[in-house]
Amino acid sequence: MLEKLLFYMNYPFVRYALIVGVLIALCSSFLGVTLVLKRFSFIGDGLSHVAFGAMAIGTVLDLSDNMLIVLPVTVVCAILLLRTGRNTKIKGDAVIAMISVGALAFGYLLMNIFSTSSNLTGDVCSTLFGSTSILTLTKSEVWLCVALSIAVVLIFIFFYNKIFAVTFDEDFSKASGVNADLYNLLIAVVIAVIIVLAMNLVGSLLISALIIFPALSAMRLFKSFKSVTVFSAVLSVICALTGLLISILGGTPVGSTIVAVDVGAFLICYVTGFVAGGVRR
Amino acid sequence: MALLTVKDLSLGYESEVIAQGINFSVNEGDYLCVVGENGSGKSTLMKALLHLKEPIKGEIIYGDGLKRNETGYLPQQTLIQKDFPASVKEIVLSGCQGRCGIRPFYSSEHKKLAKMNMERMGITSLSDRCYRELSGGQQQRVLLARALCATQKLILLDEPVAGLDPLVTEQMYELISNLNKEGITIIMISHDLGAALSYASNILHIGNSIFFGTREEYAESGVGKSFLALRKGGEADA
Repeated sequence: MLEKLLFYMNYPFVRYALIVGVLIALCSSFLGVTLVLKRFSFIGDGLSHVAFGAMAIGTVLDLSDNMLIVLPVTVVCAILLLRTGRNTKIKGDAVIAMISVGALAFGYLLMNIFSTSSNLTGDVCSTLFGSTSILTLTKSEVWLCVALSIAVVLIFIFFYNKIFAVTFDEDFSKASGVNADLYNLLIAVVIAVIIVLAMNLVGSLLISALIIFPALSAMRLFKSFKSVTVFSAVLSVICALTGLLISILGGTPVGSTIVAVDVGAFLICYVTGFVAGGVRR
Repeated sequence: MALLTVKDLSLGYESEVIAQGINFSVNEGDYLCVVGENGSGKSTLMKALLHLKEPIKGEIIYGDGLKRNETGYLPQQTLIQKDFPASVKEIVLSGCQGRCGIRPFYSSEHKKLAKMNMERMGITSLSDRCYRELSGGQQQRVLLARALCATQKLILLDEPVAGLDPLVTEQMYELISNLNKEGITIIMISHDLGAALSYASNILHIGNSIFFGTREEYAESGVGKSFLALRKGGEADA
């Protein structure tokens, strides 16, 4: 088995996939805790569908680089979604559902009407489930991913305390003079970047899993924000790595394998938490 | 000059006015209790005082060099906080956030301040415990310690005893009263008229009729008498 692995490691695309996979898993786990606590678990789903729609527009317009349209559109939607979470007539979850389903439908419609590809179902399937895209990364895409990941990690460390304060109690933070709106905006932008990145790895449909599972697993076991954050990052990386290796060796689809490992880890954490600390509400 | 002066304030949502003609002032060391029926605009008034909401009309003037980040706030518990994985230490420390400005991390001074306020509230032994596993009274102490980290001058409390049992409620009132004796100005929203009359120095009643004055004046006033009678009747029914 090891020989087989080493054999695969000779191929650059396998190495790229491992690097990108680990980085995306790391980034996506960071904001997971915040999103789950803010009751925005589904934002990953909503935004990834937006990114899918934007990607369809890019394909129809025949842009050389889809990123040019996908990233800005997703960032704008993330800002709108997190803003409308409060004080609006349509509540956060309903807005997410609307945007998510709408973007998915329009994306597919556009691809269907204007597509030049002969294998439309295959295209859609790979965008949604990311079945092959991580194995077809180019060197420049890997570098882009590395750069954005480093930026996300730095931003998160730098604003860690502020993100904590704003997530725990927005009103208190505002009252004591913290610019909560600015940090909410920052969170939205970072989430959008992470989602666009993660689309390469697991595809639109499974991004939510990558964001929420490590956070939920960590919340079963740990009691402070810091330990939850650190553990979810570590767990996410381990799961992504395991999933990638399994899929390389076993020839299973990358995204679904990683998510399956994440689900398994969650179950283990759930049982451990149950046994160790009794039932936690 | 007063710490806080409110002139002809109108509050409401969008175009609907829920309270108007509110005038009062708070001096340093005061203990002001805001009472009134449900929906009379008590919480909205609090939000306006904290700059969380723009008033429809009127003005709020901060005096005595009270800066915006020198107000502590004890909000009502939100749903998010009920299952938030955070230790007591982390939450109390987050009260210093307003002092940090653009600084990314807390200084040792902030940590000292957090420790001192945890001692003050008698929760030092809980500092590594998880917030969601604490009792209601302990949680309120944690949030009060956090508010103390944000201010040494003025604390606004929104129903600090909601959901607490009578004994813990009494302890909470004592704690707040002690803070007031140490020189911190208190503005508290309360349903509990009995407590308001025994602890507060001034009372603001908002609703159909507005009253502002000392607690003795309130007990003698028409508004106070009718509200008291209403409350007593309500309690007798229950």
